[in-house]
Amino acid sequence: MLAYTFKRLLALIPTLLAASVLIFLFVHLIPGDPAAILLGDTATPEEIAELTHAMGLDRSLITQYFLWLGNVLQGDFGTSIFFRIPVLSVIADGAETSILLASMTMIWIMLIGIPIGILAATRHGSWVDQIASGGAMLFASIPTFWLGLYLILIFAVGLGWFPSSGFPSISDEGGLWNIRYLLLPSLTLAAPNAALIIRLVRASMLDVQREDHVRTARAKGLHPTKVAIRHVFRNAMISVAAAFGFTFAALISEAVVTETVFSLPGIGRLVVQSILRRDYPVIQGVILVIVCLYMIINLLVDLTYARLDPRVSLK
Amino acid sequence: MALLEVSNLSIAVAAGGKLLPVVQGISFQVEAGKTLGIVGESGCGKSLTSLAIMGLLEGSQVRIIGGTIHFNGQNMLTLSDKKRREIMGAEMAMIFQEPMTSLNPVYRVGDQIIEAIRQHKKQTKQQARARAIELLTLVRIPDAEKRIESYPHQLSGGMRQRVMIAMALACDPKLLIADEPTTALDVTVQARILELLKELQQQTGMAIVLISHDLGVIAETCDSVAVMYRGKFVEVAPSAELFSTVAHPYTSGLLSSIPVSDHEIDRLDAIPGRVPMLGEDVIGCAFHPRCNLAQECCSLKDPEEVSLTQTHFTRCHFPIGSNL
Repeated sequence: MLAYTFKRLLALIPTLLAASVLIFLFVHLIPGDPAAILLGDTATPEEIAELTHAMGLDRSLITQYFLWLGNVLQGDFGTSIFFRIPVLSVIADGAETSILLASMTMIWIMLIGIPIGILAATRHGSWVDQIASGGAMLFASIPTFWLGLYLILIFAVGLGWFPSSGFPSISDEGGLWNIRYLLLPSLTLAAPNAALIIRLVRASMLDVQREDHVRTARAKGLHPTKVAIRHVFRNAMISVAAAFGFTFAALISEAVVTETVFSLPGIGRLVVQSILRRDYPVIQGVILVIVCLYMIINLLVDLTYARLDPRVSLK
Repeated sequence: MALLEVSNLSIAVAAGGKLLPVVQGISFQVEAGKTLGIVGESGCGKSLTSLAIMGLLEGSQVRIIGGTIHFNGQNMLTLSDKKRREIMGAEMAMIFQEPMTSLNPVYRVGDQIIEAIRQHKKQTKQQARARAIELLTLVRIPDAEKRIESYPHQLSGGMRQRVMIAMALACDPKLLIADEPTTALDVTVQARILELLKELQQQTGMAIVLISHDLGVIAETCDSVAVMYRGKFVEVAPSAELFSTVAHPYTSGLLSSIPVSDHEIDRLDAIPGRVPMLGEDVIGCAFHPRCNLAQECCSLKDPEEVSLTQTHFTRCHFPIGSNL
């Protein structure tokens, strides 16, 4: 297991290198000149040229890439053009919101997706199943920005139960209670993904239910609930675990929208704003961090997978 | 009263808004310590019969539409679910055709046996574990202490079927239902599993219902045999009697389609034709389209049960070797 983990971590290096090239190229493909944007409408061409030179943006792309890569390898992601502070601190500022938002979302996904999926599978064909499957279908197809806006309209504007936007740090006044700012955004983000998990848990449990070993379990005289949880769900969990990796990828892109709708100071909104500001170093840094995270999460999923299924060996 | 008494059991499959009969009014008894073999081609209803006894028919498609199943004096069909589960796996246990898929792939075999023990007996984990090792030794799994930690995929088919047997024996059942227990196994392994079942029966005094499509398997192990064709018992007799004085042409056909190794033959005598499809109506005796002894009345009237001796019954208008 340790050797396998180590090997997988080593394999991250070439992937990250390839990713860094792509990220760098795509960022520089974005039309627009950061110097012109920084200086505003009144800048003269000379001023723009001067700033472009000062930022090193007039050098060849290849030189720029290797300069950037060399710095990144030393832990220096550069300085934000817009904030004029190191990129890593910009990312760190957004990290609290994003990590809390992601964790709460994951908890919702599991709390909603798994039990309802199990219920739908065990009551297959009943009205419970109809409502669960229908609801899942509905929430899987609602766009996050639309759901977010409606949640704000109903629970923040209409009922006034929750704040509609922003997120003061939990180290600020209010402390842990500030989490309530993330309730609506995390529910928005969780809805389509929980819906997917409901459908997946239900489908894989129905698959497993037909397997011979489930009949063996019933022949032991086990209570149907025990059969459903200990035998059917435990096996269905294997394919559900694999899906969590994809769910994470979906979360990242949906977080960009959600954080924008709820004006959360997270990494998702940072990406959007940095693109608008042509803040190359920040865009590159954030995307590289996300790619890294994504690969680590998928490694964790694979390790969990092997734990869940003894037939998978990690050699 | 016999340990297991099935009378007039009928099972139907719901398809397209109709109930298609699969098992039609079969009756039999199994005494404690005895073995009944039920033999027939695929689709004749023998597996459904075994699942019905065990209470494992599930879903809305398959239904018991008539008859009774008495086990140990209790009517299994009117028992509450809870009471039935107390019997399942404890007094009545079952092993299945597919040892490769009948064990849960994600749990160690030991834990699966322990689960069966602790479901019905108040035992600590350690006690149950000790009992599981004892059971694995009983079914001749070498190195039981180590094997208890194996996952199913680490064991061969024969070993897995032994584990299934150990699991079925966990609570000393009075009745073991074995649905084609050796069909998926190599011939040599088959013989050893059958031998094992026989020995275990002698040790524990349990009754066995053995379902098979293989008359050879039945001949070796059973006290009495029921031959099933299209949901009905066409011949029932003590094993010795069945093999010495076959009465039904179908049984005779099954017997002559067994390859015999001690003289050379070019072709096996297969029974011509095929089993009628589910829902396909056959007027008269269900076997007459395939029977080489069929006469006109066979296609008009379904034969009643005729008793040849006190223990030998058949459903045929013209039983072989009789002057009826």
